[in-house]
Amino acid sequence: MVGIEQNFNQAELAQLARREHYTFFGLTLPYLVLVGAMIIVPIGWLFLLSFIGRDGSFSFENYERMINSKAYIRIFLTTFKISILTTLFCALLGYPLAYFMSQIPRKWANICMIGVLIPFWTSLLVRTYAWLVLLQKKGLVNTVAVDLGLLSEPIKFVHNTSGTLIGMVHIMLPFLILPLYANMRAIDPHCVKAASSLGATPVRAFWTVFFPLSMPGLIAGLLIVFVLCLGFYVTPAVLGGGKVIMAAMKISSNIELYFSWGAASALGVVLLVVTMLILFIASKLVSLDQFGQRS
Amino acid sequence: MKSFITLKKVGVAAVSLGFASFSTASFADDTLRIVSWGGAYQKGQSVGIFQPAAEAMGITVKEDTYGGISDVKLMVKSGADKFDIFSSGAGGCASGGAEGILEKLDYSVIDVSNHLPGMYSDYCAGADIFSVVAAWNTETYGDNGPRSWADFFDVEKFPGTRAMRAKVDSQLEAALLADGVAKEDIYKVLDSEEGIDRALDKIRSIKPHIAVWWTSGAQHAQLMKDGEVDMTTGWNGRFDVAKLDGAKVAYDWKTGIMDWEGYGIPKGVKNKDLAMKYIAEMMKPEYMAEFAKYITYGPTNKLVYELNLMEEARARQMPSHPENAKHQMTLRTDWYAKWRTIAAEKYTEMMTE
Repeated sequence: MVGIEQNFNQAELAQLARREHYTFFGLTLPYLVLVGAMIIVPIGWLFLLSFIGRDGSFSFENYERMINSKAYIRIFLTTFKISILTTLFCALLGYPLAYFMSQIPRKWANICMIGVLIPFWTSLLVRTYAWLVLLQKKGLVNTVAVDLGLLSEPIKFVHNTSGTLIGMVHIMLPFLILPLYANMRAIDPHCVKAASSLGATPVRAFWTVFFPLSMPGLIAGLLIVFVLCLGFYVTPAVLGGGKVIMAAMKISSNIELYFSWGAASALGVVLLVVTMLILFIASKLVSLDQFGQRS
Repeated sequence: MKSFITLKKVGVAAVSLGFASFSTASFADDTLRIVSWGGAYQKGQSVGIFQPAAEAMGITVKEDTYGGISDVKLMVKSGADKFDIFSSGAGGCASGGAEGILEKLDYSVIDVSNHLPGMYSDYCAGADIFSVVAAWNTETYGDNGPRSWADFFDVEKFPGTRAMRAKVDSQLEAALLADGVAKEDIYKVLDSEEGIDRALDKIRSIKPHIAVWWTSGAQHAQLMKDGEVDMTTGWNGRFDVAKLDGAKVAYDWKTGIMDWEGYGIPKGVKNKDLAMKYIAEMMKPEYMAEFAKYITYGPTNKLVYELNLMEEARARQMPSHPENAKHQMTLRTDWYAKWRTIAAEKYTEMMTE
């Protein structure tokens, strides 16, 4: 390899690099067009619509409404609270599992992966209703626990925040585990061994070597989970029992209520802007580059 | 109205698929397209009303499901031509009418002279009547459940969990009845923001006891069947079906708030005249009597009772039977046309407090 490379002169190398550059740009072009047509244009359209009032003229009424009613700010707070809590619980449950899977032989890890993926392939609606059936007042869990004398009266698992979180964490977990596991598998086990040979305890080796190396996967997983949670509709609607109203639910009811896309778009715009702000602040606090460097 | 989020989505999907086939076919002048809510409700409509009425007129009527008045708005605003008639709650029609997306019905063609008072409007010809009632779990309270709205809101006399609707419809009326307002005066009191706040405060007073805010008829029926709550507001027909299914549920007509469903025509449909004639045909009492065999939503045409077109035992189960109707108040859609958005936003605010 080395011998062949030395035969190229500077100019040829530069030309090759340029050609590669254009080839890759050409390959990403369809994607860029797709992003432009499917994301940028609709979001711009959404933004414009949010300034159109019920009578079809330019107006700020959709935003005024959000300022005047306390319901909207509460709904946004609920949306972010539920999304952050779901993301946290997913990390707490998913990280140890992904770590465990990355440390056992591939054969066993693949079996674990099937366990992670099977619920992933089951309809979201089915899983949501399954939780309702299991956890309601006279559901399986409460009935068995009361019959066995473990509980004196049924626990209220569903139709509240806890029910929503149980359902959402269950649905979101694979989205955290998949990128995290892929990342952990790629971490060179010799790095941890090297730390140990230099005298680090297993705990120290994990925190100073393994954990920082797994950060890109963790951050990717956290981002995917958090962003997907923001748009959740069915699970909070079914398991929240009307106690958990998230932005998507209000968007839907505003279309019915006002017969105008503007009333719904404005909510979408606010959600988008606030989310981007949060992600921007988060990226400043936790510098991705800090963990992104492998070498 | 009686839809369920998921069913509604399926419905929308089904409608969009249906639209594809609609648009490719060429329509003769003797074909109409009607949409409704699907499920047991539309089955009753189809067998009892839509098809027999079409046959009597010698026309073809194609059926589909839809997702409610917002679908009508979508269709009219985008200039699409997808259906000629839709079945909708009176409130939905009223707001659609206020939005200017519906054709005014021609009551010189459609005969409503035998309709019960208030059971038709400019944009909606009433076809069946349902009631919002307070239902209770007979395992918890036996026969002596909340037989009035005052009982439903009395958490000392009737301790237990409650469910109310996640939308404002009929809930404020119930709260004011509980607060001692006479049924004739409900809409006078509600005709101001103070009146709406008074009703909302009444609901606030029992909010810790409200375990669930329901969003669909299927849901409140299930809540009672599973014993998840001890009492709930909801549609009488759903409770009757749940009872047949073994649910321990009862309700008293004294809590009834009558509301009605009917047919409307989207603005600009080509077959407007035929649609009008078809609606006129569907208003005949014999169709309504047949429909009521399938679900306990009663006829708007009082001839059904006067001509004894229904078996007495079945007729007694209908919200609109004179013996049941006399205890109840009737929901007024003009109030919703005027106050819905304000009341709905305040209601959501109360729910999220």
